[in-house]
Amino acid sequence: MQFWVIQTLNSLSLGGLLFLLSSGFSLIFGLMRIANLTHGAFFMLGAYIGITIMKNWVPNLWLATLLGGAVIAVIGGIFERFVLRPLAGNSQGQVLVTLGVSLIIADLCLIVWGGDPIPIPTPESLRTPLRVMNFMFPAYRLAVVLIAIGTAIGLYFLIERTRLGAMIRAGVDDMQMARGVGIPVSRLFTTVFCLGAALAGMGGIIGGPILSAYPGLDADMLPLALIVVILGGVGSLVGAFVGSFIIGFVYTFGIALLPDLAYVILFLPMIIVIAFRPRGLFGKVSA
Amino acid sequence: MTAGVLDKTKLAWWAVLAAALVAVPFLMGDFYINLLSQIFIAVIFAASLNMLVGYGGLTSLGHASYLGVAAYMSAWLFLKMGWSHLVIAPIAIIGTTLMACAFGWIALRATGLGFMMLTLALSQVLWGLAYRWVGVTDGDNGLRGLTRPAPFGIDLENTTAFYFFALIVTVVALAMISRFVHSPFGAALKGTRDQPRRMSALGHNVWMIRWLTFVYSGFWGAVAGVMFVYYNKYIHPTSMALTSSAEGLLGVIAGGSGTLAGPVVGAAIVVLLKNYVSGYVERWNMLLGFVFVFIVIFMPEGLVPGMHRLWNKLRARKAVRDSNTGGREKA
Amino acid sequence: MSATMQQGQVAALEVRNLKKSFGGLPATNDVSLTVMPGERRLIIGPNGAGKTTLFNQIAGDLFCDSGSIKLYGEEVSRFKTHKRTQRGVARTYQIITLFGKDTLEHNLVLSLLGLLKTRWNSFVPLSGSAHLYEEARRVLATVGLEHLAKRPISEISYGEKRRVEIAMALAQKPRLLLLDEPLAGLSREERMTVSKLVAAVPRDTTVLMIEHDMDVALELADQITVLHYGKVIVEGPRAEVVSDPRTKEVYLGE
Repeated sequence: MQFWVIQTLNSLSLGGLLFLLSSGFSLIFGLMRIANLTHGAFFMLGAYIGITIMKNWVPNLWLATLLGGAVIAVIGGIFERFVLRPLAGNSQGQVLVTLGVSLIIADLCLIVWGGDPIPIPTPESLRTPLRVMNFMFPAYRLAVVLIAIGTAIGLYFLIERTRLGAMIRAGVDDMQMARGVGIPVSRLFTTVFCLGAALAGMGGIIGGPILSAYPGLDADMLPLALIVVILGGVGSLVGAFVGSFIIGFVYTFGIALLPDLAYVILFLPMIIVIAFRPRGLFGKVSA
Repeated sequence: MTAGVLDKTKLAWWAVLAAALVAVPFLMGDFYINLLSQIFIAVIFAASLNMLVGYGGLTSLGHASYLGVAAYMSAWLFLKMGWSHLVIAPIAIIGTTLMACAFGWIALRATGLGFMMLTLALSQVLWGLAYRWVGVTDGDNGLRGLTRPAPFGIDLENTTAFYFFALIVTVVALAMISRFVHSPFGAALKGTRDQPRRMSALGHNVWMIRWLTFVYSGFWGAVAGVMFVYYNKYIHPTSMALTSSAEGLLGVIAGGSGTLAGPVVGAAIVVLLKNYVSGYVERWNMLLGFVFVFIVIFMPEGLVPGMHRLWNKLRARKAVRDSNTGGREKA
Repeated sequence: MSATMQQGQVAALEVRNLKKSFGGLPATNDVSLTVMPGERRLIIGPNGAGKTTLFNQIAGDLFCDSGSIKLYGEEVSRFKTHKRTQRGVARTYQIITLFGKDTLEHNLVLSLLGLLKTRWNSFVPLSGSAHLYEEARRVLATVGLEHLAKRPISEISYGEKRRVEIAMALAQKPRLLLLDEPLAGLSREERMTVSKLVAAVPRDTTVLMIEHDMDVALELADQITVLHYGKVIVEGPRAEVVSDPRTKEVYLGE
C-alpha cells in the first residue's frame, strides 16, 4: 500500500514539474507559433543557476527560485529579441535556432558545472515526512504539487482576468486582428517568452531536490514536455495541466512497474490521442 | 552546340571525380580512407533525410531513429542471436522501414511545427528506450563486438575494402534518390511541398505521397544505419539522440535542402568539422549549435544553392559581355 | 429549382440542404441546387454570401456539416478532395494558386499527372514522358500561352496566370468545372480573352462559375443562382433572375 501511495505522490509531483515546464512551452507556441526547443535547456539551466545562487548567496530554495527564474527570464528575453525576432515568419528556421541554442546551453552547462550531478538540498522545513493514517508522505513532493496547482490558478487568472491576459488571448485567437486593434504585439511576445522561460527555469530549481541538476536533464525533460503538449493540445493551459498529470502518472508508474519499457508506455497515450484527436485533448487548432 | 559542349565538360568533371574516388585508397593513409567512409555514411543519411526535408517540406527532427534502430537491430541479431549478416541486413532494413510506416502514420497526422514536434517526441522516446531497455540494448554500454561482413569473400574489416563497399552503396543510394526526385512521384512530392491544397485539387493524394516519402526516407535511413554499425562495430544510444538527428539535418540545410548535391556537401562538412575542429576544442555540441544558428540566420538556402546562384550570376555577366542570343533557359 | 429538372436525366451536380458554419456563423445555410449536364451556371451574391464556401464544399476542401452532394448521382460529400477530382471535378481559385517556381509546362504536367496512374511511379524520369509535355503544350495552346511554356510562372503576368489556372482545370477534361471569379483583377482586354475561353469550354463539361463582373458573366450563363447570407434567394434562367426584384434588392440594398 505504501508503494502505491508513494508512487501516486511521485506521479503528482512529476506532473507538477511538467506543468511548470509545459505551460510555458504551450503559451509560447500558442501565441507566437514557436516550438521552443530550448525549453528543456531553460529548465536545466534554471536548476544549475538555482543551486549556484543557494551555494553562494542565498541558501533559501524559494528565494533562489525567484532569482533564478528572473535570470532565465532575462536570458529568454534576450534570446527572443535578438535571435528569434529577426526570423519572424520563418517558423522552421526558428525551431532550428532554438534547437541550436539548446545544444549551446547544454554544452555551456557542462563546461561550467561539470559532468557530475549536483544535488539541490530540500528546504529544512520540508524534510520530515508527513504522517497521515500510518502513511508517510514526503512533504516536499506535496509542496511541489501545491506549487504547481497554485501556478496553474495564477496563470488562469492572468490569462482570463487581466489586461495582459486579454491581449494574449486576442493574439492566440487572431494575430492579425490583435495587431489591428493596437495590441503591442512585439512587447507582448517578449513578455510571454520571458514568462515561459521563467516558468521553465523555476521548474528546474523547484524540481532540483527531486531530480537534482545533471547534464542531460534537458534531454530527459524536453520529450516529456513535448508529449504533454501534444497530448493536451498546443496553446491550451488546461491541456498542459491535464496532460502533465497524465504523463506524470504514466511515466512514474511505468518506471516503477516496467522499468525497461517506461519510455514505450509514454507512446501509448500520445498515439491514442493523435489517432483520434490530432489537435490534442483541449487544443483548438491542430499543430 | 553549346549544350553538347556543356555536357562534355560535365562528363569530364564526373570522370575526374570518379577517378579521384577510386584513386583515394591508393594514395592516402588509413585515417583519410576511414574519414571518407564516414562521410559516405553521413551522405546516405543526410540524402535520405533530404527527401523529406528538402523535397517534401517536412522537417523531421527524429531521423536518427531509423539509423539507430537499424543499427541496433543489426547488432542485436548478430550478437545475441548469432545470425549471419546476409540474413540480418535485410531484416534490419525491412524492420526499420516498417517502423517508419508506423511513425509516419503518427507524425503525418500533423504538418509544419506539429510534424516537427511529433518526430522529435517519437525519436526521443526511442532514445530513452535505448538507454533504459538494458536487457536488449545494454543501456549506456552500448552494443559492442560486431564484426563486419565479408560479401563474396571480401573481408570488409579491410579499410580499403570497406571504403569501396561504402562508396558503392552511396552511389547506389544517391542514384536511387536522384531517380526518385526526378520521377513523376518526385514531381508530385515537390508539388505537395509548394501547394498542397492545389495538389489535392488536381487529384493527388497529398497524405499518401507524404507518407510513402516518409517510409522511403526511413528505408534509406535504415541503410545508413546498417552501414554505420558495420563501420563502427558498435552502437550507443547517443547515435539516436537529438544531436544525431540534428547533425543529419545540419548536413541537409548547410549544403542546401531540396538539391541533390546539397546533402553530399553538407554531410561532408559536418563530418569534417566533427573530426577536425572538435578534435581541438572538444566542444562538438556547442560548435554544432553555433553552426546551426549561423546557417539558419545567415545562409538559410545552404551552400550549394548559394554557390549556384553566384555561379549563374557570373555566367550571366559573362553572357552579357559576350552578348549573343539571349533567352537560353537555365538547366 | 425543379425548373431545371428534366425527366430521366441524372443531374451533373445535385446539392441538397448543405450546411456549414464557422464558430456558429452559418456560411452556407441550407443550400440546395441542381445543375444539369452541360449547363453553365452562374452563382452571384454580395461578399460574404457563402459562394466560395459552397465551392470549397463541392470540391472537398471543406467538409459540410450536413447535407448531401451528388456528382452524376454519386454521393461524394464525404470524399476527400483528390477523390472528387478523380471523379471529374476541377476548379480554379479566386486567389491564384500555382507552382510559382516551376514552368507553365510543368504546372500543366502536374495537372495531367493528377489523373494518371504514372503519378505513383518513382523510378522512371518524368522528363522521359514526352507525351505528357506535348499534351501540356497543346492545352497551353488552347489558352494562347504555348509560347510561354518554358517560362516559370513567376515571370508571367497576372492575366496569364489566370489563364494557366483555367488551362490546368481544362487539362483534366473535367465533368464539372468550378470557376471561382475567373475574371477578377483582369484588364478589359484580358477579361474578353478569358470569357472567350470559358465560352469555348466543350458542352460535355458542366460549368459552375462565381463572378462579380455581370457584363461578361451574364452572357456566359444559362442559369443563375443568387446567394445571400448563405441562402439561395433567387434561381432560374438568366433573364428571369436579372429582372427579379429580389436580385436587385440583394445587390442594391447592400
